[in-house]
Amino acid sequence: MDISKNFFELFELVPGFDLNTQQLSERYRELQREYHPDRHAHKGERDQRLAVQATTHLNEAFETLKQPLKRAQYLLKLRGVETGEEARQQLPGAFLMQQMELREALVEAGEAGDPFAELEELEQQARALETQEYSQFNAALAADDLETAEVAIRKLQFVNKLLHEIEAAEDRLDEEY
Amino acid sequence: MALLQIAEPGLSLDPHQRKLAVGIDLGTTNSLVASVRNGVAETLDDEQGAHILPSIVHYAEGKKPLVGAKAAQHATQDPYNTIASIKRLMGRSAADALQLGEHLPYKFVESDTAMPYLRTAAGDLSPVQISADILKSLVARAEASLGGELEGAVITVPAYFDDAQRQATKDAAQIAGVNVLRLLNEPTAAAVAYGLDQQDKGVVAVYDLGGGTFDISILRLTQGVFEVLATGGDSALGGDDFDHALAQWLMEQAGDQVFDASSSRELLGISRYAKEQLTERVELEVALPGGDTTLTVTREQFDALCKPLVSKTIRACKRALKDAGVALDEIQDVVMVGGSTRVPLVQSSVGEFFKREPHIDIDPDRVVAIGAAIQADILAGNKPDSELLLLDVLPLSLGLETMGGLVEKVIHRNTSIPVARAQEFTTYQDGQTAMLVHVLQGERELVDHCRSLARFELRGIPPMAAGAAHIRVTFQVDADGLLNVAAKELSTGVESAIQVKPSYGLSDSEITRMLQESYSNAADDREARSLREQQVEADRLVSALRNAIAEDGELLSAQELKDLNIEIDVLEKLAQGSSVAAIEAGVEHLAQVSDFFASRRMDRSIQTALQGQSVDIFDPVSNNRSEKEKG
Repeated sequence: MDISKNFFELFELVPGFDLNTQQLSERYRELQREYHPDRHAHKGERDQRLAVQATTHLNEAFETLKQPLKRAQYLLKLRGVETGEEARQQLPGAFLMQQMELREALVEAGEAGDPFAELEELEQQARALETQEYSQFNAALAADDLETAEVAIRKLQFVNKLLHEIEAAEDRLDEEY
Repeated sequence: MALLQIAEPGLSLDPHQRKLAVGIDLGTTNSLVASVRNGVAETLDDEQGAHILPSIVHYAEGKKPLVGAKAAQHATQDPYNTIASIKRLMGRSAADALQLGEHLPYKFVESDTAMPYLRTAAGDLSPVQISADILKSLVARAEASLGGELEGAVITVPAYFDDAQRQATKDAAQIAGVNVLRLLNEPTAAAVAYGLDQQDKGVVAVYDLGGGTFDISILRLTQGVFEVLATGGDSALGGDDFDHALAQWLMEQAGDQVFDASSSRELLGISRYAKEQLTERVELEVALPGGDTTLTVTREQFDALCKPLVSKTIRACKRALKDAGVALDEIQDVVMVGGSTRVPLVQSSVGEFFKREPHIDIDPDRVVAIGAAIQADILAGNKPDSELLLLDVLPLSLGLETMGGLVEKVIHRNTSIPVARAQEFTTYQDGQTAMLVHVLQGERELVDHCRSLARFELRGIPPMAAGAAHIRVTFQVDADGLLNVAAKELSTGVESAIQVKPSYGLSDSEITRMLQESYSNAADDREARSLREQQVEADRLVSALRNAIAEDGELLSAQELKDLNIEIDVLEKLAQGSSVAAIEAGVEHLAQVSDFFASRRMDRSIQTALQGQSVDIFDPVSNNRSEKEKG
């Protein structure tokens, strides 16, 4: 496997946020058929090691392109912008205020009369925010406005974390009920 | 002109050597071995025609361990030397084992080793060694049945097994001398056995409730490719717990009757029997050990006892669906695996939850071994054109301990394997030169709530201000789901790598020692084999000489004939004994004293040959000797 190719090239896809997910999955399976260690299990140790390396790379690539946030981050990375944990772009105060409020609501949801309904409501708000920021990102990337695109990703990281926390809260409730 | 080679009809010059590979289901309660023969995957039976090998081992001093039904017979009289459900202790720490073993009559060795050891008449044994004895028995059955040495085996593990449990299983295989082609998740094996890959595409749920473990897997299939989307479960929940719940209830009903190890074991057996009966009947009478008390158990009562356990499995199904990102109505098929899915409450609860009649057409006890055999056949290289491919996931998140006893996840659960991830960490104090890397597995946030897999130290970090060092820790999980960890300080290149050996797993030196022990146990087998070999050798010589006498007896004088017959009788007697050395010496001696007879026969043969007559010049005696000289 040519690991110098970028992930879009590996899957023979046009680089971009909007993706043909069908083609992504099909090509993934095709490549797995070729490289998976099970396909090389009866061969020598070297072939097996290479197979593990190749599929490790393939899984990484698939995961990156499949998940919208990772895909967005990867698109920026291809343009030389790393969006790791460290904040580079200052986020607007209004956004941060809103995040704090949502988090407070999450804590309070646990004590509400119908916690499941409260969590559902919160999740919908977060999803709406998510959709909005993805389209912001997509537009900014198309206009080559990398700064705006990066701000969108920073916001999406917050929203993503919030969504995980909502899910974790739901799991905890499930255990209790 | 080159000569063309023509093979004997029916024999090809370069016979396509089919490699012998098996699938092994190493279960909590029962184990099975299966193989693909003539294109059909089937479980292999023993001499008595039994396919299921109860996962029970009986140890006695100075004797080879008994495995299976023969071992089970000792369960009541000799409970501490009759080990059942050992899979529950695989990859567990001594502390876990004490808790898990509470219900079972195990005698743990009191020591400070992290790995639990059980005291038996054959010495102190780890769960890994006991599992190895079960594996050996299965491999011996397979080799006898298939007629040759195995190339390797696919051994199944519950999908929800963590790294320590997988590693322990692989260690057991190593001690048993089995080449592991792959550790395969049980639900995935079941999906393969059902031939669901014959369908074009669809999403399948596999509900696997065995004796001691529960797994739920959601798989997507597309033209022969099985993609595990999510897996979940409980590696300490199974049909055994149903037995315990019922036994507990029976004990309560029995009032002040006291139960010791032997009668508790008997009560468990009674409970299991009652559970099995209640799959068909709605109530039955059970007599408690001692025979004084008889109680009625209804299915309703049994269901009430099991309800909390079954509900737990349904909750895990819900979570797996969510993790897979699949809606309930997308599930096309539900496959039931494991003997415990025979319980009516389980079938109805699963059917209700998935709103679908679950598949139960393949014997739920055999389905996993059959799937593993199909995969083993492919991995051994016997089916190069097969479309089948299994893409599995990591069942439980892997992470590292950070400040404050928190776990930072490095690889999340349900990530496709093989996978590698790196995470960077930094120092906490100025001038810090060493760092403890503590690897954990589990979903919880606190170190104490996760399974500790390994600890290792990265030393020689140059003194820097707190936060200046960059330590990259890389996790690599292979296709068996086993983890390797490496750590590196980036500014200096100080490196440290370990094969993750769980904190309470076996060290390499322990495995080596156990391997040696198993060789010395094998010495008995070797002794028996060389005895048989010598006996065959002696028989061959005796009958060859008698044939020669019958043919060419006139070459001997009456005295010579008498002496030779006596010598032959001596060896024949000797061969019925059990001394390898004595038989060997006897063979040697008889060959020597009959040498003159062989030469006379040879001379005559040559003369006859020179006269142009066709004779059989085969001389068994000298033939036998030349073989010996070669050896």
